[in-house]
Formats: sequence, structure tokens, C-alpha cells
Amino acid sequence: MSLAIKDDEIDIVIGAIRSDLTSFMNEWRPMFSRFHIIIVKDPDLKEELKIPEGFNLDVYEKPDIDRVVGSSTSGLFSGYACRYFGYLVSRKKYIISVDDDCLPAQDPKGFLVDAVAQHITNLTTPATPFFFNTLYDPFTEGADFVRGYPFSLRSGVKCAFSSGLWLNLVDHDAPSQALKARQRNSRYVDAVMTVPAGSLVPISGINIAFDREVVGPALVPALKLAGEGKFRWETMEDIWSGLCVKVACDHLGLGVKTGLPYVRRIDRGDPIVSLKKEWEGVKLTEEVVPFFQSVRLSREATTVADCVVEVANAAKERLGSTDPVFARAAKAMLDWVNLWKLVGSISSQSPAV
Amino acid sequence: MATVSPTPLLKDELDIVIPTIRNLDFLEMWRPFFQPYHLIIVQDGDPSKVIKVPEGFDYELYNRNDINKILGPKASCISFKDSACRCFGYMVSKKKYIYTIDDDCFVAKDPSGKDINALDQHIKNLLCPSTPFFFNTLYDPYRDGADFVRGYPFSLREGVHTAVSHGLWLNIPDYDAPTQLVKPLERNTRYVDAIMTIPKGSLFPMCGMNLAFNRELIGPAMYFGLMGDGQPIGRYDDMWAGWCTKVICDHLGLGVKTGLPYIWHSKASNPFVNLKKEYKGIYWQEELIPFFQSVTLPKDCTTVQKCYIEISKQVKVKLGKVDDYFNKLADAMVTWIEAWDELNPSGVKPAELPNGASK
Repeated sequence: MSLAIKDDEIDIVIGAIRSDLTSFMNEWRPMFSRFHIIIVKDPDLKEELKIPEGFNLDVYEKPDIDRVVGSSTSGLFSGYACRYFGYLVSRKKYIISVDDDCLPAQDPKGFLVDAVAQHITNLTTPATPFFFNTLYDPFTEGADFVRGYPFSLRSGVKCAFSSGLWLNLVDHDAPSQALKARQRNSRYVDAVMTVPAGSLVPISGINIAFDREVVGPALVPALKLAGEGKFRWETMEDIWSGLCVKVACDHLGLGVKTGLPYVRRIDRGDPIVSLKKEWEGVKLTEEVVPFFQSVRLSREATTVADCVVEVANAAKERLGSTDPVFARAAKAMLDWVNLWKLVGSISSQSPAV
Repeated sequence: MATVSPTPLLKDELDIVIPTIRNLDFLEMWRPFFQPYHLIIVQDGDPSKVIKVPEGFDYELYNRNDINKILGPKASCISFKDSACRCFGYMVSKKKYIYTIDDDCFVAKDPSGKDINALDQHIKNLLCPSTPFFFNTLYDPYRDGADFVRGYPFSLREGVHTAVSHGLWLNIPDYDAPTQLVKPLERNTRYVDAIMTIPKGSLFPMCGMNLAFNRELIGPAMYFGLMGDGQPIGRYDDMWAGWCTKVICDHLGLGVKTGLPYIWHSKASNPFVNLKKEYKGIYWQEELIPFFQSVTLPKDCTTVQKCYIEISKQVKVKLGKVDDYFNKLADAMVTWIEAWDELNPSGVKPAELPNGASK
């Protein structure tokens, strides 16, 4: 059941939180150069972007965002959330997105990891959410389904989302990062696996790939923290949209994979400074996770957009009174679904905006 | 760099259970790691054969005559001519933890070339918590160098008690017969440096080749079924125990881990022989999986034994119509619990867990 993805079906989307992308783009050049790239500049970033030559790319900045979605909505795309604009305006079927402070990692043999190729492999081979395979991804070379794995489940389902990992600086929240300031991840776990159906997972937005046509409407910067900042541990938007994606995929029988590829995350920022801000994200997680664990989607929700609407309505109803951030998130999700219908689902034959 | 505290040996709290029908030569390679521990050898097949245990090991050995003598008529629940007989060892053990290993499993090497002390890793896995309620993308968060990722609720970071540690195999992978026939030369050479908790609500195929568990927490669920001589099926013993165990662990809020440690599995069994044994299982598992996925246990099932008896009732009702074998198996499950409780009277029984959460 393997798909074949052509290069021109893929967009690489980079949210530029920092202006100088020279070394970032040059280090990724061997992996990126074949593909069309969308770079979205954080609307709050004042400096000019520096991007090296030799790439096939489109750059979007605040005026472009204002033009497409209106200046009242463009605030949705500040900070890390700017990359969602890239997802919206892309005309390709698949998106691969990496934070601008991540570089190619090395595998244990010393070879540079082609994260793009690995994400493509993850998306083109089936996922197996209904039964856990103890040898992990059975479609990897040298592996298979183990004894006791039902044959009727061996064709798997479509993988709609691939979530990669990070060497060096891991994606911790601020308290953990501050406590373990010197800890760096050097453990390369050579596995891809499907996250089982019914199991929720915190999907970090740092290193992801997905089928835009299928899950695009669920990738929405809805949960914006009041103190949201320009470091990953000051954000929650990806965790919230990742939970939406997982709930929708579980409901629709699609797969979410986690594991390879690794990227290498550069040291950046001081988590202790971030700790001085309110631990808003950490507190909100205590409400967010039980909410998603209890969401039940109806039989009428047959697309990801339908699922997003139902989750938004449930969020408004159940969490709206807990904290206004949830009511805002619910509204943002509904707006996003409409925006997606207007802008996002224009076919790939149309010219880019 | 912080010093890593040594793993407790638990040498008076752990039994190693080994089923064998051939010999125990493999123990020589394991001697540096196993010698401190008490072994329970369950000798399958011809009881008149003498199985020599290498010098220097502390052990008790049971053959079929012993099993029949100890259990009387209840011995009918223990398989003959199948490694499923190993669960007799779990029943007679008086220890808190069990490690079971097959006699064709040897010490593997990690990527740096160092011998892997599989038992040490299993002990580590069992002594530290599991995290079944939310998947940690960095796998076991309690491992050196790892932690919970952003977005993981702090209220879930204490984890739950670990009941089972399921290890893996390098070299000959644990494939079913059809896969073995199609890929006779495939060897598992991938060392995946991770341990993870299998999420609540997810079933998995539990292999008994390299397995450890907390006998006090989950022992009665580790019944390896009716297999081998006189039975229509083989090579589903550990699968059956694993599905029952996982359902019960999910119900009681206990954790099941899989991943490290690796052992080196040396012997590929004959795929044609395996196919004959597995044949019915390949069809039956299509019914078994939906059955286990939909089992619900009532709130008043607060002990493993109560959960297990409840599952046996549901097996009779829902699987009896698939094949009469399941009626016999359901009865054997009850016999097993009766025998377990007889051999492990209330002083040693695990305490009732309060408020067993229903699914």
C-alpha cells in the first residue's frame, strides 16, 4: 500500500522567527534544494530576512499576510505561528516543516540525516494504529509484523502525520529545561512507530510533516498564550493543534507516526528567564489533556474540518468558562476552518496567492 | 556528571523461570548475570529424562510428574509438550518478581560491543514507573538523559506501577510461520535504544522469550493457556497471556513496558512445524482481537483474580461459539486461578487495589 510522492507535491514551510537564515538554509541545502520552499516571516520581526541564493522559494511577510487574511486576522500568525500561514497558502499536497533553529542531525554512523526523505517515507508507508507492533514500524527494511499480529490489520491505514524528534536541545517545557539546563539529548532511537489509536500524544511542531489536504484544517494556531514568546517553551499552539490532529485522525482511521527523523536543535534562549513569566502553558495543559481525552466526535464528522468544528464547539462549551484563552481558541478554530475553505483549499492548479 | 546509582540486585526477590525440553547449556553464557538468582526449571516432555543444570546454580526443577503431584486434577490446566508449561513456575514461585527466558536465548551485545545484562534492564524497567495515559515522544521519561516533553501534563508525571517488562530479540525475530516462510533469512539487526509504555487501551503481541513481571501485581493473569499435546493450537500461549494481562493492567491502572533489553535469539524453529501449530490461531486471532479490544471489566473487579475470572466468563460466552476449545480454555482459566490461590494463600496474595477503574 505504499504511495509514491513526487517532489512537486511537497512544500517545505519554514517560519522565520530570526532574520538571518543563511546558515540554516545552507546546512539544509542538500535536503531542501529539490523542493519548493515557503518562508513566512514572523510579522513581529523587524529586521530584513537574509536568505542565501539558489532555492526555489516564495517569501511571505506581514503585508502579504494582511493581504490574504485581512489585518484583523493576521495577528493569528505572530511568532512560531507564522508557519501556519505557509500551510494555508501552500498549493501542495504535503508539507514538511522545521523550526528555524534546527539543523540536520547526524546518525550514529556519522551520516547526516535527510529528515525530508525520512518524513516522506513515513508518509508514504502505512500506519498501524490499531495494534502495537513490538518491532515498531513493520514497513521498515529489516523489520516486519511480529507473531500474534492479526493479519487483517497488516495492510495498515494512511499515515496523515509524521512527527520527528530532536537531538541536542530537546523539546521540554520551561521548568524542565531550567531544571536540567545542561542536559542534552544524544540518544538516537532508531525507530519510527505509529501512535496507537485512542492514545493522545504531545506533538511538537518543531519537526513535522503532514498531508495538507487531509489534516490542514486541524493545524491551527488556536491556543495562543497571553505571555506567548519567541521560544518554544513559551508556546502551546502546536501542542493544542497536535491534539486536534490526533483526535481527528483517530476518529477518521488515519495514522500518526512518531520517531525518526531527528533534527539537531541549537541551544538558544534562557529557560529561567521564561520561568519568570507565568507558567501559563503548563497550567493550561492540566485542562487541555483531560478535555481532549474526553472529546467524542459524531458519526457525521467525516472530514478533518468537521472534526475541528466539533472540537471547537466542545472546547467552547466545556472549557470556555475555565479560562478565556479557550473561548478564543475555539473561535480561532472555527475561523480557521472558514479561512481554510476560502484560501486553503484552492486546488494546486491555481496560481499561488 | 551525576553518578548513576547501581540497579538493586533483588536477588532474594526474583526468580528466573525457564521451561526446557532439551538442555540448559545456554545458562553458561548467562552465568555472570544469573548466578545470584534462584532458578525455577520447568521440565517439559518426558519426565524420565534427566536435565542437567550447570554447577553452581541454585534451583528447583519440576517435571510433569511433579506438576501432577502438586496440582492433582488441577494439573489439567498446565500444558504439556509446549513451553506454555512455564507458567507453572510462576505459580510455585514465592518471589515478588519473575524473569522468564527461553533456552535458545543468549546474551546480546549493544552497539558499543558490550554484553547486555538483560536482567538488570528488566529490573530497572519494573522498578520505575510506567506512563500509560499519555504517550511521551521521548519514550521512557525516567531514563538517564530523558524526560517528559513539553505538553506532557505534570499531573501525569508520577506514572503508575509497572507490572510487565517486555524485552526484544536480536538475530532471529519473533515472526509467525507465514512470515518465516516468506523471509527465512531476515535477521533483526536493528538495536532500538528505547523503552516505552504501551498506552492504555492498546493491545500488543506479548512474547514470552524475554519477559519479566511483578508477580505480586499481575501474576495470576500470566496463565499461558492450553497448548501443545492434545490441543488444537500452539505458539499462542504468550499471546493469550499478554492480551489478558494488558486488559487487566489497563483496568487496574498498571503499566506494561516494551523495548530494551535485547537478548540474542539463536534458534529459528521450523516454519512448517510452526505453521501446523499456529494455523488455527491465525484465523482465531481475528476473533480474539476484537474480543479483547471490547472486554470491559466491572468496577468491582479490584483484584487480578477477579478480573481474570470475569474474562473467563466472557470468553465462554463470546468465544465458545468460535470453537469449543475456548470453552475448555475458559474452564482452564478458572482452574488456574483456583490452583494459584491454593498455592499462594492470602498471606502472599497481592492486596486489593482500591477503586479498580473500569474502562
